[in-house]
Amino acid sequence: MPFGLLKFGLSKGHPVPRALPAASDLRDSYDVVIIGGGGHGLATAYYLARDWGITNVAVLEKGYVGGGNTGRNTAIIRSNYLTPEGVKFYDESVNLYKDLANDFDMNIMYSERGHFTLAHTDSAIRTMRWRAEVNKHMGIESELVMRDELQRMVPQLNYSEDVRYPILGALYHAPGAIARHDAVAWGYGAGAAQRGATIHQKTEVTGLEITRANGNPRRITGVHTNRGTIKAGKVIQCVAGMSGEVARMAGFKLPIKTIPLQACVSQPLKPFLDAIVVSGSLHVYVSQSSRGELVMGGSTDPYGVYMTRSTLDFKEGLMMHMMELLPFIGEVKLLRQWAGMTDMTPDFAPIMGETPVDNYYIDAGWGTWGFKATPVVGKRNAEMLATGKVPDLIKPFALQRFHDFTLLGEKGAASVGH
Amino acid sequence: MNRNRLADKGHFIDRSKPLDFTFDGKRYMGFEGDTITSALMANDVKIISRSFKYHRPRATVSMAGHDANPLVQVGDEANVVADTRQVEAGMVVEAQNVSGSLENDRMQYLDKMGKFLPVGFYYKAFFKPKGAWKRWEPMIRRMAGLGKVDLNAPHGYFDKQYLWADVCVVGGGPAGLAAALEAAEASPDIEVVLVEETPHLGGALSYARFDAAGQRADAERRKLVEAVTAQANIRVLTNAYCNGWFTDHFLPIIQGNRMFKLRAKSVVVATGSYEQPLVFRNNDLPGVMYGSAVQRLINRYGVKPGSRAVIATSNPDGYAAALDMMDAGIEVATIADLNAERPHHELADAVADRGIPVSLGATVYEALAKPHLNGIEGARIAKITGEGRVAERHDTFDCDLIVSSIGWQPAANLIWHAGGKTPYNDATAMFEIGELPEGMHAAGSVAACFLLDTVIEQGRAAGWSAAKDAGFTRGAMPSVRNDKGEMGQNHPWPIFEHEKGKDFVDFDEDLQIHDLNNAVHEGYAHIELMKRFSTCGMGPSQGRHSWLNAIRLNAKANGLSVNEAGMTTQRPPYTAEKIGVLAGRSFEPKRFTAMHNRHVEAGGKMMLAGLWYRPEFYGDASRRAENIREEVAAVRGGVGLIDVSTLGGLELRGPDAAEMMERMYTWAYKKQETGRARYTLMTDMTGVITDDGVACRFGDNHFYVTATTSGVDGVYKEMLFWNAQWRLKVDITNVTGAYCGVNIAGPKSREVLEKLTDEDLSAGAFPYMGVRMATVAGIPCRLLRVGFVGELGFEIHCPAHSGEALWDAIMEAGKPHGIRPFGVECQRLLRLEKGHIIVSQDTDGLTNPLEADMEWALAKKRPFFIGKRSIEIQRDHLHRKLVGFEIAGENPAMPKECHLVIRDGEIVGRVTSCSYSPTLKKAIGLAYVAPDQAEPGSSFEVRVDSGQMAGTRVKIDTSKTVTCKVVKLPFYDPEGARQEL
Repeated sequence: MPFGLLKFGLSKGHPVPRALPAASDLRDSYDVVIIGGGGHGLATAYYLARDWGITNVAVLEKGYVGGGNTGRNTAIIRSNYLTPEGVKFYDESVNLYKDLANDFDMNIMYSERGHFTLAHTDSAIRTMRWRAEVNKHMGIESELVMRDELQRMVPQLNYSEDVRYPILGALYHAPGAIARHDAVAWGYGAGAAQRGATIHQKTEVTGLEITRANGNPRRITGVHTNRGTIKAGKVIQCVAGMSGEVARMAGFKLPIKTIPLQACVSQPLKPFLDAIVVSGSLHVYVSQSSRGELVMGGSTDPYGVYMTRSTLDFKEGLMMHMMELLPFIGEVKLLRQWAGMTDMTPDFAPIMGETPVDNYYIDAGWGTWGFKATPVVGKRNAEMLATGKVPDLIKPFALQRFHDFTLLGEKGAASVGH
Repeated sequence: MNRNRLADKGHFIDRSKPLDFTFDGKRYMGFEGDTITSALMANDVKIISRSFKYHRPRATVSMAGHDANPLVQVGDEANVVADTRQVEAGMVVEAQNVSGSLENDRMQYLDKMGKFLPVGFYYKAFFKPKGAWKRWEPMIRRMAGLGKVDLNAPHGYFDKQYLWADVCVVGGGPAGLAAALEAAEASPDIEVVLVEETPHLGGALSYARFDAAGQRADAERRKLVEAVTAQANIRVLTNAYCNGWFTDHFLPIIQGNRMFKLRAKSVVVATGSYEQPLVFRNNDLPGVMYGSAVQRLINRYGVKPGSRAVIATSNPDGYAAALDMMDAGIEVATIADLNAERPHHELADAVADRGIPVSLGATVYEALAKPHLNGIEGARIAKITGEGRVAERHDTFDCDLIVSSIGWQPAANLIWHAGGKTPYNDATAMFEIGELPEGMHAAGSVAACFLLDTVIEQGRAAGWSAAKDAGFTRGAMPSVRNDKGEMGQNHPWPIFEHEKGKDFVDFDEDLQIHDLNNAVHEGYAHIELMKRFSTCGMGPSQGRHSWLNAIRLNAKANGLSVNEAGMTTQRPPYTAEKIGVLAGRSFEPKRFTAMHNRHVEAGGKMMLAGLWYRPEFYGDASRRAENIREEVAAVRGGVGLIDVSTLGGLELRGPDAAEMMERMYTWAYKKQETGRARYTLMTDMTGVITDDGVACRFGDNHFYVTATTSGVDGVYKEMLFWNAQWRLKVDITNVTGAYCGVNIAGPKSREVLEKLTDEDLSAGAFPYMGVRMATVAGIPCRLLRVGFVGELGFEIHCPAHSGEALWDAIMEAGKPHGIRPFGVECQRLLRLEKGHIIVSQDTDGLTNPLEADMEWALAKKRPFFIGKRSIEIQRDHLHRKLVGFEIAGENPAMPKECHLVIRDGEIVGRVTSCSYSPTLKKAIGLAYVAPDQAEPGSSFEVRVDSGQMAGTRVKIDTSKTVTCKVVKLPFYDPEGARQEL
């Protein structure tokens, strides 16, 4: 029996303080307004309070905390990206993740499982080698393993050559992990609230107050919400899935296409798969959660739409490929499917930092890779908001790169072909 | 004979067909038509499973699988719903989530630990000190999870069938039967599909009781089922689940291992409702069940679930169940009616006539457990003194069965999937259907109607409306009486918290009243947060039995109305569905070229190239390197033949064909002469290289353009996309599959080809980069004098059906000249010697033509092609350049493709192609290097076999580098003399 649970057995009531505070009135003015109460927004508030002592902060969330893509992703954490900029960035995130449970005093069930990106073609082998070489150069555990070795490491997979996409090898990333995604949002939210930030759920931003000069937007001064208008010193938008719409309120456009991404879970099963397995050719990623469910996802939907509806063809295609990868899985039952909305950028890298509007910052373009970046995004956003300077680590992700052609080229590292 | 089997009831079972099966190793006898649960209960088996968290003994609650209690393992299938799965002869059934035996589960101590395992306990512990979770997690993972997966289970057979219907009626109860009939009667031409999840039509008519005499249900069922069966235009699917609703009434219907994909014009949802549990202490133990569950057991399967019962009810259903139980010989000790006033209906009167004592305004608030929780031995009843509160004074009744009927939740899953809303009606304490989506109609208890006459009329009206939606109208819409009856009325607060707990709201997840209240108390107040934190409704039953009470509790804890608290999103599927069923027969497209069989016959080792299969090389795999070297020698010294059918082919025809070409590709095409070919390079809007090929001009208005194997679909899509914007006068057709092609290459290729065609192949008449329409071996062909491999050669494209004949003719004609087929590996090497890039191998997601050293392929004077502006902007800050390199020395350490170019500890580029050239007798390759390393003669370092994984960080052995020298391209035949022979 872990010590942490003893008090529950020995106490008459439920001896824990409220983690997420009750609803409160909006103040007239905040030093920092964070639009979006998902993982990124809450993490930003958390580090602003913890590292910089800035607590006159409002997080505005139109629904409930962590209800967007934070609660809809498949919770995979890794740093085996392709560009040195990306690798360095996600490495910091992974390192922050490792300490998060103790930072929060809340178990986020961070579980290192080993992440395997399968290669079914010789060109995929080349890409995996490229990633492995870049990763190792940056100090990340990452290795190209060929079929025989892979079979020893993940024996559950189908290694037959008599299938449509025989497995040739994989990029093996030992630190690849999964975590309880909701708990990450809650831990950040609770930590931010404890330190004085306010979280306003069911509070939707309806417009932005921006001064203009020569017809162009200049500087943000306030935020309109369904509960009234507030003055704001600095504002940052952290609204994956709606980034383009909110930026439009601020008067600028983003090079983002918003496309649904679906996922599903099976019924809980006794553990039989430790590894996180991804296949680009088969458009599959799968891991088994600590509850025993298989968490499965595929490629983004074939069209862009601001909707989180479910489709049948998504499941059919994904399960067809699951059966090629794990032929024994036919009798396992799917319990639930859902969808999130991904903001896809042309170079598969995020957009962070300054915008054409003074004091208005952006945290967008998180496509299918936002959850794993949550801690580093929060930490660096906070640094940026506190110091007014864009940290070196996130400079490569500037919106400006789309004007001066300093794109990043992470497409090769997206988990499946999107 | 089964101990608990009734002699005269059970119309689902066939007593002439007994069968044996085993449960946890013991043999039992059942009948055909039994479900696993009914057969086990007939045999007096009390416990079917152990619960998820506390390992409490469990058995059926709903007899309909509306909870996780009846989940069992059958062979290699985990999580089988025993309530509804029909038992089969020889079936091997096992309990799940049990350590040791079902009766004596070693994990049952967890029930005593309940106080130490508060809601979300796993968030509160197991992580201190740092790293502790690594040790706890494997244990917790083993405890979580229900069924087991057999890693050696065979790949079963699953398939799919498309179906179409004017009207799809989901649910074969009285409402669904009436709806199907009415719709079918609209016209002989209308096609109706009726979907029923049990083996028999009838729904509630097959188990419930609607009158004191107990005659009506059976009579109505026979009448309706007979009428439906007589309708030729109704297709009935039984044992079938309509498992979701998708856009435009696309309905997956799962029957065994088959999935019907049904597209309907309109849908009638007659899916009934889920009976809801009364929440009190020990309400989860075997022997506590719904009235509908008892009625299902008695009337469908002839099983008597107990001998002495206590009933708690707030509606006529409880009285109906009491009558059925008495008729089955079960003693009803007492009825606690949660309502304060005596009910006025014939069922209550009949119960009174039989002398059963009824306590008004009272409830069961505790079940008394047998030792080890193996069932119940009594019930405590007390007066209700307020919402969720009871008086201290209580009466205790001995019983082995507690039956509750306190309300229903609509089984509106399909309606929710379709975006329909079901607001809570405070007057009826029920979620009721609001506005329905277009083309969707509802009838019966899903629409909060419980009076049989009204249900049937509602079904008729829904069927009529659905037929009308599908374009069939007959007569006026049937009228529906304005009386929904008091059958099925919900009690607004059937939740009685006990100071000792074990008052379960969610059986799947072992959640008690205080767990949900504590979740809200901790700040997980929003209904979605309460769900996610507590996991209420996230188990196998997805909230079927728990959500109504959970929302009520959430609303109360937050001081909100039920509607303000809201509902969580319901998503497909309706019931858990097999991965195999979704997968079906797994049809994966494979593309074979016209000459595929010839490659296989010649010993070709086939490899994947997009959807295609191509020969990597020919001959024994153990001699791979030698085979490839021999193929190279054949092409360089004699003649070789390669299948290039997988290359993309696009036809551009029309007056604006050349204009289109000039906008899509980087070079100039308007001035290209007819009968000539020209290289094509495509870039996207950011100037990144996306494809290359050759453009052949066969007329003023006609270009035939090749594209790469994996790139052609994208190229075609881009062309269509842009032409939809530009509206040029040009038709674009992808003819990749219509044409096949070969490349005959080598100094002797002309000699061979001359034997097969009358065309003048001499250098003067048919120069390098010339194209002709010609006849080869009697086959009309497109003849292209182009070469990727740097030798004299011809590409011959012909209609795919003639491909094999063409291949055979050339191989035959080439025999005297030692012709040899060659594969993709040989071609890659030959083109590398010639310095040609392969798009996507030697380029990546960011490569622009300047980096790839292809300035020569850019039209300088033209103001526009896609990507031009972007390329020009990037001209002044190139980060890298593609160069050719060679490695000195006899046996150098060969870099592999994608090994990195390192300078001063930084990555500056990478190797994209590298091979030992047997022709040039040295290692050659292509690599990206820093721009200032790109001049021929300069050198750079490539790290090979770097990085040993050691501990958590990587140690790099910096000594393992190879020095490469930049050389001018091409490596082979720089003057191009050989290809222009």
